[in-house]
Amino acid sequence: MYANWVERVLDIAIALFLWVLRIVVVMVVVVGSLLTLASGRFAPETWAQLAVDGAAIGSIYALLALGYTMVYGILRMINFAHGEIFMSGAFGGYFAAVILAGNGFLNANPLASILSIIIMILVAAAIAVALSVLVERIAYRPLRNAPRLVPLISAIGASFFLQYSFRGLLGPGIFAYPAVGILNQDVGVPFIRVQWVDVLVIVSAVMMMTGLYLFVMRTKLGTAIRAVSEDKSTAALMGIDVNRAIVTTFVLGAAMAGAAGVLYGLVFRQVFFFTGFIPGIKAFTAAVLGGIGNIPGAMLGGLFLGEVETIGPTLFLSGLGVPSPNQLKDVVAFTMLVLVLIFRPSGLLGERVTKQRA
Amino acid sequence: MSAIASAVPRPSVGGWGGVIRAGLVGAAVALYLCLVGIVPTFGERALIDDIVTLGQASLLLTALVVGYVAALRVPAGDPGQRPLRLVLGGTIAGAITGLSLTLLVLLGSVVDVRSIAQPAGPELYDLLTFDLGVPGAWLPVSVGALVGAIAGASLLLPAWLRRALVVGLGALILLGLFAGILRTPMLGSDLSDLGRFLFASDGLTLEGAIITVVIATGGDILLRRLDARKRISRLSEAQRRVALPPVLLVVLAVVLILPQGLGPFFAQVVALVALYILMGLGLNITLGLAGLLDLGFVAFFAVGAYTVGLLTSTAEFGIAQWPFWAAVPFAVLIAMLFGAVLGLPILGIRGDYLAIATLGFGEIIRILAGSDLMKPFLGGPRGIINVPKPIDVPPDHFLAGPQQIYYISLLCAGIIAFVAWRLRDSRIGRAWVAIREDEDVAEAMGVNLVQTKLMAYMLGAAFAGLGGAIFAGLIGSIFASSINLQVSINVAAIVIVGGMGSIPGVVLGAIFLIGLPELFREFSEYRFLFYGIALIVMMRLRPEGLLPSRIVRRELHLPENVEAAGAPVGSNVAAEAQERA
Repeated sequence: MYANWVERVLDIAIALFLWVLRIVVVMVVVVGSLLTLASGRFAPETWAQLAVDGAAIGSIYALLALGYTMVYGILRMINFAHGEIFMSGAFGGYFAAVILAGNGFLNANPLASILSIIIMILVAAAIAVALSVLVERIAYRPLRNAPRLVPLISAIGASFFLQYSFRGLLGPGIFAYPAVGILNQDVGVPFIRVQWVDVLVIVSAVMMMTGLYLFVMRTKLGTAIRAVSEDKSTAALMGIDVNRAIVTTFVLGAAMAGAAGVLYGLVFRQVFFFTGFIPGIKAFTAAVLGGIGNIPGAMLGGLFLGEVETIGPTLFLSGLGVPSPNQLKDVVAFTMLVLVLIFRPSGLLGERVTKQRA
Repeated sequence: MSAIASAVPRPSVGGWGGVIRAGLVGAAVALYLCLVGIVPTFGERALIDDIVTLGQASLLLTALVVGYVAALRVPAGDPGQRPLRLVLGGTIAGAITGLSLTLLVLLGSVVDVRSIAQPAGPELYDLLTFDLGVPGAWLPVSVGALVGAIAGASLLLPAWLRRALVVGLGALILLGLFAGILRTPMLGSDLSDLGRFLFASDGLTLEGAIITVVIATGGDILLRRLDARKRISRLSEAQRRVALPPVLLVVLAVVLILPQGLGPFFAQVVALVALYILMGLGLNITLGLAGLLDLGFVAFFAVGAYTVGLLTSTAEFGIAQWPFWAAVPFAVLIAMLFGAVLGLPILGIRGDYLAIATLGFGEIIRILAGSDLMKPFLGGPRGIINVPKPIDVPPDHFLAGPQQIYYISLLCAGIIAFVAWRLRDSRIGRAWVAIREDEDVAEAMGVNLVQTKLMAYMLGAAFAGLGGAIFAGLIGSIFASSINLQVSINVAAIVIVGGMGSIPGVVLGAIFLIGLPELFREFSEYRFLFYGIALIVMMRLRPEGLLPSRIVRRELHLPENVEAAGAPVGSNVAAEAQERA
């Protein structure tokens, strides 16, 4: 395009820049961590506490990331509206909780509370699944054979449509989740504060993810999903109902997202129409981190992102003298996305879709 | 109307089931319009004074479209009974649409649904029942049936008359929307009598509405009769060339006097539209030509705005107190530099990852701008104030206020348009288009992917910086809260809806997506809802945008996409499988 040497010099400069960038990042992480640890401002209990918090939010990211990764695996498309599906689930759980709290069932006794949480999760999953199937039918299915950017843009449109529909329906206010008494009690781990809500989030996320993994790996429909993600047309030739496999994927992802919405609501105790957007982008980051299209990768990526985002600002930045590093939580998360894309675009566990760059 | 009609019927849907299905879709749409609050919000504004509000009009329009579509789906039968069948089909679908609202009113009289649908309050029920309360609950269903019947019957009219009536109706709605904006200046001028005759204090007068419909309908019929379009297309090249300069001059004159005379509010709106045209043209290079979906436009906008703020502000945080124009080139350069630094790491990755990565950049810059880390330099939420005006004139000068921003933005937009137009057919422009079409093939043809993409990304960033710089001049200050995701979404939506790679498309997109919401408070509340719908509808019906460039249109209307063409057998089977489901 240009005289050849200009191009070559530019390429070398670019490579140099990228190396400098890598070194800077490593320096920030290493020097920042060492300085923070050397300063001795934080007791070991603080780190353990952060790790628990990180595991809780990380489990939620992992549940969400599964939806991204499965849809990407099967359609090669970023389901941008997934964060809004998550938000709809959080709202579904909210309304269920309000009704349950209204007749006193929610906090009647521990068993009732657990039952209530299960009901909330089921309601949330139902709403999330319904919306997700609707979105797939209206905004994605007609565009399945279109050039790549077209379904992505449609998904962005669906995301805004859902966000502002909820804003129109419910108003822009923030809704406070009803408190579930037992969840805020301490588990009794020495030195750090672990509440039952953290246990609930982590345990239920692990259970759901295991269930999903078994479903995808062991059942006939799961096999169909895997076949369709491998090669749509061959799968169709083998008599697999492609549409059914795709819809099932959306249903599974949405059910996880809806459940994640309730867990998020129980941890952060609030929900509003914009709740889903940032967690959505972060969960996508987690999916990329784990290797998109890769189900165990999404789980690992979610947990990893949760931990880095929670521990990272304090560990890396406070030692460098950055004021109120926790404001920069999202900056750490998004920087990580960019870093993964540079260092290891196929993700931690490798990507299932690299070979066919559809 | 024709676009909707051609898109809706599907081969699998037919018979009376199709009619009922159309009615159910209409019912869903009508309920949606009511429950998300569009009807009550627009219900505060009259279309025709004291007769029908814009909110009611939106429901009537729904019933009209539904009745029309349903009548199209009525199964063929005895030709003698066709009129009856058409009217019946329209009536049924319209009645189903209206029935949903009747049920809503009845439900609302028993239980309060406001906890899950805030807008479903007394105002909404008053609008639906024409202030009659529960006794008027039968009104929506009967009005729906009536409107549906009219729509069905309209199929009996000759096509030219139906078309003309649609034009008349469109004109009515358009004029009703603009009534407030047109009335005020008319009252202050020699046209005050006409203004009072056509417009009431809210919406059109009845006489005005009738006259509007009659003139628009008649005009359309007249133009048809004269075959205006055919005559223009029959003009020879030379004749057209003669006719072009005067037409262009008129357009230019209108564009130039636009912000004058219609008041400061209108001037502010057109200035903002011009600014977004500028930024849209900038993104048009990145997205439209090179196909890089950049959702982090606001990052460079912020860099430009803060650079100008820091260099020119005479208040706290200002470091140089330069004049505005000295700072602008620096703003552009630094934005470009940021484009290179942020772009380099991510330009090697796939297109859809890029969208998310750039979205992340936008968020990073937004958070940094408001963070305690940058507060000592950028002021955080307190911002940088006292950015000087680009052109310092006395307040009664015709360039005072937002007008100067309008002219500056237009001038810059013109420059960008020229640059984009010249670049498009250059070597690098063709390389961009090649990358957009197929990265692998482009690389195989010797295009250096990273460098070529970087060039597009940096150009986009530079123009975003310019937009930010002018924005700082428009507001006179720069706050962290001005840096938000909505800027990125606005710009991306303009380019996508207008037509990727098309300069007139960007202009049209900015007028629709920025101008309308800014002019009408009702729109601005539902701005992003409309964006969402617009993006989905555009991708389904017209992915190339409203005014596309020729190449993009061709690309998006290939019979099958490349992948499918590579495996014809499999794709057929897949298509069959899709149909079966």
